[in-house]
Amino acid sequence: MPELKVSAIKEGTVIDHIPAGKGLKVIEILKLEKLSNGGAVLLAMNVPSKKLGRKDIVKVEGRFLSEEEVNKIALVAPTATVNIIKEYRVVEKFKVEVPEVIEGILRCGNPNCITNHEYVTTKFYVISRNPLKVRCHYCERTMEEEEILANL
Amino acid sequence: MDWKGRDVISIRDFSREDIEVVLSTAERLEREMKEKGQLEYARGKILATLFFEPSTRTRLSFESAMHRLGGSVIGFAEASTSSVKKGESLRDTIKTVEQYADVIVIRHPKEGAARLAAEVAEVPVINAGDGSNQHPTQTLLDLYTIKKEFGRIDGLKIGLLGDLKYGRTVHSLAEALSHYDVELYLISPSLLRMPRHIVEELKEKGMKVIETTKLEEVIGELDVLYVTRIQKERFPDEQEYLKVRGSYQVNLDTLRNVKETLRIMHPLPRVDEIHPEVDRTKYAIYFKQVFNGVPVRMALLGLVLGVI
Repeated sequence: MPELKVSAIKEGTVIDHIPAGKGLKVIEILKLEKLSNGGAVLLAMNVPSKKLGRKDIVKVEGRFLSEEEVNKIALVAPTATVNIIKEYRVVEKFKVEVPEVIEGILRCGNPNCITNHEYVTTKFYVISRNPLKVRCHYCERTMEEEEILANL
Repeated sequence: MDWKGRDVISIRDFSREDIEVVLSTAERLEREMKEKGQLEYARGKILATLFFEPSTRTRLSFESAMHRLGGSVIGFAEASTSSVKKGESLRDTIKTVEQYADVIVIRHPKEGAARLAAEVAEVPVINAGDGSNQHPTQTLLDLYTIKKEFGRIDGLKIGLLGDLKYGRTVHSLAEALSHYDVELYLISPSLLRMPRHIVEELKEKGMKVIETTKLEEVIGELDVLYVTRIQKERFPDEQEYLKVRGSYQVNLDTLRNVKETLRIMHPLPRVDEIHPEVDRTKYAIYFKQVFNGVPVRMALLGLVLGVI
């Protein structure tokens, strides 16, 4: 099956090879729904992919997401690749990587953790990447993949 | 390591060297306290004890330690007598109290509260227990007690008995012991086993860990038996508590085939897990443990205040 062509953007970031169904979560994590520069955000869902069978793609027009920013999406889309586009050409390409510290995007799964009761920016240390395992900076409880996804 | 201004939040933040500094400082202060009675190291310094949940023992131990160092103490013993009852955030309570005190000791029912307090406060913060997470000063006094009894910690066989799932004292103690060359026996009902991630971590650090539900099978091996209460208040579900309530008790029968040098410890309070008849045996050292809390907390207060 041929790959679906999604309209090209002049400048911005294309996040490709997102596991099918996770595209919306990627938009949420990167807070792209609040994009303030007037640029478009394009989401293609469930498109054919040679690598993954089916995949989602997110294109962000007019904004270059930092590597650190993009790496947050590794929590939901470890297969994702990021393309930085300038003048319709890919000028940089990299695979996402789980960062060492995850701040602000993940809730702690421990209902008794202080972060679920007071205004605190959450912070987790990645203690294992495969399988993904993180430890809460505050309550020190560890969370594994399933719990991490449920608390994104 | 510069101790002045340091927070004491989690035993994870302590290296073996840090632990040894606390233990040797406590030993020195205990000696000085016996010689002179009252010490003057913290004269003019104020400790604030913020106990958002009741714990008379730990609070009195800290207060005693500060008085012994010549300092003074302010604080509250339960959240209902503070502005927390009016809805004040922990952050604001800490920002307020730090204007009055040189060091803060906090006990809080929520896990991570002490870490948050330490991030907010300019003065050093000492964790006196945060939910079922950490109780580092208890761990340090436990290690001090073991070292005083045996002259060493390395080479011992140490059994932790009871509620290993919710018991923060055993979580912290197990982590601290991973700095030493000890064999660790985890003895509990299967419903109250030590959390997997802690056991894995201990093994990853190279510790020999033996898990069992049967005390009688391992008690003869042990140098230290550390008994904990099954804490009804930590169970999210009372039915779960009822299944394990009273599932073990250490009594004279239990102690028939133990090593002469066995020492039984308990963070207290106890309910029925150690029969009072055990108190009179040479094995019981839990009241010595209570005493040891004072020099250890004196050491911590003195170190973080930078007066020792």
